[in-house]
Amino acid sequence: MKQEGQPETAPPVGSQQSALARRKRLRQIIIPYVFLVPFLILFALFLVLPLAYAFWISIFEERLVGGSTFVGADNYLHALRDGAFWNSVRRMVTFGVFQIPVMLGLALVFALVLDSGLVWFRSVFRLGFFLPYAVPSVVAALIWGYLYGPTFGPFTQLAEYLGVPSPNFLSESLMLGSIANIVTWEFVGYNMIILYAALQAIPAELRDAGAVDGARSWQIALYIKIPLIVPALLLTCIFSIIGTLQLFNEPSILQPLARGVIIQSYTPNLYAYGLAFTNQEYNYSAAVSFVIGAVVVVGSYAFMLATNRGRISRP
Amino acid sequence: MRRSLTRRDFLKMSGVGLAGAGLLGSAACGGSGGGGPVELTFWSWVPDINNEVKLFEKANPDIKIKYVNAGQGGDEYTKLRTAIKSGSGAPDVVQIEFQYIETFKQLDALVDLSEYGANDVKDDFAAWTWEQVSDGSSVYAIPQDSGPMGLLYRQDIFDQYGLTVPETWADFEEQARKLNQANPDIYMADFLADGGWFNGLMWQAGARPFEVSGNKLSINMNDPAAVKVAEYWGNLVEEGLVGTKPPFTNEWYTALSNGTYASWITAAWGPVFLAGIAGKSKGKWRAAPLPQWSAGDNVSANWGGSTSAVTNQSEYPEEATEFAIWLNHNSESAKMLAEKSFLFPTLDSLLQSDDFKNQTDPFYGGQKVNSVFIEASENVDKGFEWSPFQDYVYTQMQEQLQAAADGKVSFPQVMDDLDSNITNYAKDQGFKVQ
Repeated sequence: MKQEGQPETAPPVGSQQSALARRKRLRQIIIPYVFLVPFLILFALFLVLPLAYAFWISIFEERLVGGSTFVGADNYLHALRDGAFWNSVRRMVTFGVFQIPVMLGLALVFALVLDSGLVWFRSVFRLGFFLPYAVPSVVAALIWGYLYGPTFGPFTQLAEYLGVPSPNFLSESLMLGSIANIVTWEFVGYNMIILYAALQAIPAELRDAGAVDGARSWQIALYIKIPLIVPALLLTCIFSIIGTLQLFNEPSILQPLARGVIIQSYTPNLYAYGLAFTNQEYNYSAAVSFVIGAVVVVGSYAFMLATNRGRISRP
Repeated sequence: MRRSLTRRDFLKMSGVGLAGAGLLGSAACGGSGGGGPVELTFWSWVPDINNEVKLFEKANPDIKIKYVNAGQGGDEYTKLRTAIKSGSGAPDVVQIEFQYIETFKQLDALVDLSEYGANDVKDDFAAWTWEQVSDGSSVYAIPQDSGPMGLLYRQDIFDQYGLTVPETWADFEEQARKLNQANPDIYMADFLADGGWFNGLMWQAGARPFEVSGNKLSINMNDPAAVKVAEYWGNLVEEGLVGTKPPFTNEWYTALSNGTYASWITAAWGPVFLAGIAGKSKGKWRAAPLPQWSAGDNVSANWGGSTSAVTNQSEYPEEATEFAIWLNHNSESAKMLAEKSFLFPTLDSLLQSDDFKNQTDPFYGGQKVNSVFIEASENVDKGFEWSPFQDYVYTQMQEQLQAAADGKVSFPQVMDDLDSNITNYAKDQGFKVQ
């Protein structure tokens, strides 16, 4: 960069000049990394190192009697054949197939309504929808656990007052739905904000053009807005897939209310936690954690692959 | 100890403990000479225990205690286990419930206190509690409080429906049926899918699920006595004579306080706990001994209760043992634990003192509740052993007993499943299972 008033310091000899340029180039390459160092240190310390350590212990087996032995891939092979683990994965896939579309559908509708300018007090609604996300998920699960109470919970009380049968939200058949409801309640607002931000970024000309051509607002939403925010929708979808497979807080808090339903292996993360801190099977727990990670990666990648192909083949 | 801390307890703990701290100068008292004062770390979740700690420091100016509340029960054990695994960070003295001593012994985490004179105080504690903390002449902890089991019942409900206090389990079932016929909305009791509770009932019936000798282990979760208990409760649940609410939840507290249950089969810490959660029902409860399997018998069991153990990370095991003994053996300290923190004592002198025995409580209509549980303590069946991996056992029991209570499996089947699951786990962990 040359600045006004600074004397030109270019040396007369060509080789010297290229050495300087090389040094400058080198500096340009290095400087970004200098700025990245704080991040890299933390990244290594709190992500890479624990992961490496977890991997290290996952290839051993330590028993209460007999100490630690190297077992290679045994823990992983065990995990692949572990029925309890795969049941928990299947449970979460079922959960995601129903919960994610409902949650994102609601988030999309709310975002479109807010974006359309149809409602007054837009910021009040925006805040209102977003507020549940500000409630820690542990607290949310406690609140809903109380609301779901099969005898003294408000829903049951209301049903009794109205003389209608009250469902047991904490029973085996409804538990997954009850948890889905909590998660939806928590995250609709969060996803709505992402989609709303994407909607706000759509150039006004496009809507105006649509309006001039006589499109109604639902047509503008369907044919202009939604196609333009597909990337944001995919992003929220990926986040939701990852979040679903890692579900932990809600079932963990509801567990004391329904021990026979939310078993130790109800969700993959709950299972890994129980293996480590109840069963003292740290090594196997580490292996299971890696398999969960692999499932998340495969799940997210499969989803991206599927959606990409769909978009490319569209005429 | 199963009693959970209330928010009030926490607030109390933070303030009061410090207030009475070290007002008096140090009286010259023997400690290990030389160097500065020894500092010990002490983990416990007993409310207000800092008061006893201060008392100890006053009497032993050479020893400073750093008191930490590291969480209750499982929370503390998770931290303790992490510290043991990492080789540092464990306290010198730690609160451990009776049923987890074997578990931490298995990790070689506990110091044998007999080397530091723990056996000197052996005869001052209720014999069954000492048996729980010792193995032959080795001692792994000092008993602090206990939970001999008994029955709390609603006098008003019993009166209203003409029920008599059951002396046997057969009678308990009969009264339950009578109550159910008179008013199907009220249950005789709740079946608690709780490892400690069910274990206590197995204990009373004479079941001996575990026998440990070194790395050899015998597992009998489905011995005849255990199956008898399971079948008994299975029938009550099936007939709808008892409730099946998950214990220690808000719904369960409400049910205890609003008269949904006519009784609660509980332990010696139960009376104070119940008064805390069911204040509305004050004056309506009474205490009675646990129903018996054979008429005329007088057998109780234990549910809960804690000890003070010394970890092998302690640099001062001698001083740590001194503190563990003093805390639970010193008459003033033990009295404070019993009267201020409402721990049910393990010290004979306290159990037999008239002051303690004759204490009355308006929540129980002025009944001398302690005397009921003192008698229970004298009748706790001896020789009950725990597994060296009690977290796993309790988790399995809770999960499967609740599944049985929900009608998903039969109760006797649960005992068979527990037996095979626990056996497999033990084998995986390298134990020789007989």
